Amino acid sequence: MTTKQLESPLYESLQAQFEIVSLQDQHEATKAYRTQAMETFRALGFPSIKNEEWRFANVLPLVKTTYEVSADKNAQISEETLAHAQSLIAAHKEDILPKLKGEEKGAYRLVTINGVFSKELSFLPDNAGITISTIGEAVDHPGYQEYFGKIVTLENNAFASLNSAMFTDGLFIELKANTVLDMPIHIIKVKLASGNALFQPRNLFIVRKNAQMDVIETYISDADNEAAILINGVSEIALEENAHFFHYDIQKGCKNIRKIQRNEAVQQKHSNYSNYTFTFPGSSFTRNNLTIHLNDEAIESHLYGLYLTAGEQLVDNHTEVHHKKPNGESNQLYKGIIMDKSKAVFNGKIYVYEDAQKTNAFQQSNNVLFSEQATVHAKPQLEIFADDVKCSHGTTIGQLNKEAIFYLKSRGIGEEQAKQLMVKAFAFDVAEKIKIPALRSYVEEMIIEEMKGH
Amino acid sequence: MLSIKNLHARVEDKEILKGLNLEVKAGEVHAIMGPNGAGKSSLASVLAGRENYEVTEGSVTLDGKDILEMAPEERAREGVFLAFQYPIEIPGVSNINFLKTALNEIRTHRGLDPMTAKEFLQKSKEKQALVEFDAKLVNRSLNEGFSGGEKKRNEIFQLAMLEPKLAILDETDSGLDIDALRIVSRGVNKLRSENNAFILITHYQRLLDYIVPDYVHVLSDGKIVKTGGKELALELEEKGYDWLK
Repeated sequence: MTTKQLESPLYESLQAQFEIVSLQDQHEATKAYRTQAMETFRALGFPSIKNEEWRFANVLPLVKTTYEVSADKNAQISEETLAHAQSLIAAHKEDILPKLKGEEKGAYRLVTINGVFSKELSFLPDNAGITISTIGEAVDHPGYQEYFGKIVTLENNAFASLNSAMFTDGLFIELKANTVLDMPIHIIKVKLASGNALFQPRNLFIVRKNAQMDVIETYISDADNEAAILINGVSEIALEENAHFFHYDIQKGCKNIRKIQRNEAVQQKHSNYSNYTFTFPGSSFTRNNLTIHLNDEAIESHLYGLYLTAGEQLVDNHTEVHHKKPNGESNQLYKGIIMDKSKAVFNGKIYVYEDAQKTNAFQQSNNVLFSEQATVHAKPQLEIFADDVKCSHGTTIGQLNKEAIFYLKSRGIGEEQAKQLMVKAFAFDVAEKIKIPALRSYVEEMIIEEMKGH
Repeated sequence: MLSIKNLHARVEDKEILKGLNLEVKAGEVHAIMGPNGAGKSSLASVLAGRENYEVTEGSVTLDGKDILEMAPEERAREGVFLAFQYPIEIPGVSNINFLKTALNEIRTHRGLDPMTAKEFLQKSKEKQALVEFDAKLVNRSLNEGFSGGEKKRNEIFQLAMLEPKLAILDETDSGLDIDALRIVSRGVNKLRSENNAFILITHYQRLLDYIVPDYVHVLSDGKIVKTGGKELALELEEKGYDWLK
């Protein structure tokens, strides 16, 4: 091992677990893929902070923990767990998404409990144009054969490699050509564990030609749970010609959740992928890797991020946008409000390949430090090999404008409320990009809620 | 209403106000004039509670209450209003929501119920008409992209909505063309009453042609050095400030 890798007992135990996972997998192609991914993982090991990509996200505390690895792909959910999940979901719906209550109004619901898809708690669209199954059930589906394992980059990605080697659960969603889903799908991932647990969900979303869907992902765990839960997730996303996919990831977990997520998308001509990654206080460690490949001409990609962090939380967003063909447009807007002793990282890369003339690529990252102990690291990186392009990036790190706060106070508005107004205003231009009104008002209310007392 | 006694204030190590006295009664309009650097805007800042000013001596009371101990928002709720020389642009905060929040904070402080949306809109319409403020501006972000004149008119609109006891206009006339100056002055004149008072801080006599003061004070080197009636302003216009030193 080089110094860029960490030694950890988890690394050893995973090697052993891999054999079990591999033996259980009956699908030859997937099995071969797992083996190859495991080799990549073995070679890479867990990254240390000497690895540039992980410089500010120290995974040592995460990999020092021993986790029970869910190796059994046929795991069943006990009745007790199911009932518990049910009550948590009910509270979740009442509490945070009153306007997205499944069949009542506004959204379909897809529930997984510890990664196991629960048909019982889900409310799925009755539409022949959509296929929803577990990733394990999808192995013979043409969509799986076409895209599985072909989107995510394993090279230099230890966690994605580990996921590829050892995933046991996840979802497969394919929207057939010309299907437009009438309501968003709300995926609720319930994570319950009595001991430390590692979950490695693996999803594949395929949006075929002229199809359109909105997906909202949220996850919940038990607030009283002390057990450390590490989620190492990968989603592969394919958008075919003129497909539209609005993908919302609302991250508000409990403190015991540690999350590393890689979303990687490939896009074809005239498609539009819009990703909204909004992270709120809760989860102690969050690393989001979002990579988009604009593989054809005239593609649009939008990456909107908001991170409101508190306590001692770390939120690290790494984005990569690959412009490979002409006339593409990408737009990144990330806004951070960093409170208490929390730490935020934004690392955004834009690559414009030699063929990608007339590319428009924009990136903006604005951060407000809300306390003296808060830190933010922002690093924009542009690599441009075409000569006729418009690219820009901008990063700001600052504090709330004191003069503006004084102005608000001089009109009778109290300090805390003045700050809330300012933060809401700061987050406004990214929150307004949310196309689902109920979700937008939920996010805006949560900003105010989480700001209280700061 | 307002009683300032022997007020000393400084910014960092620099003493700006050096024993200022001023009595303002309900129904009165006082103009404060004086050369650059005399401390006029500092007086406004001290009264509104701007953070970087430190009061080292003296007292300021509003209807008998010591306001120097109060935070800026408490002073506003007690009825102090400062029309800023340079109003701040706050993108993303809507003018109307901001005003509604402010008004309801002030009402709560006075033991009144918050206004309903309907009552608020009604009041907002009345006051817009009274001070000739463009309805289109009301719905925009607070001062964002407003011209200099529009910002000043927004200050007067806020003044009309919040109905303070004491309004301090800090060089509200600066940067206004003659039409805007007339509109702003008309607004202020309509808002004058037996129950409120105004302090106009200005460089130029011009404003006082439109808003006629009861008293004119000359502030120089942190103190009021001369007080007179409205005719003093004309005299200053003619002679400048040097003869007072």
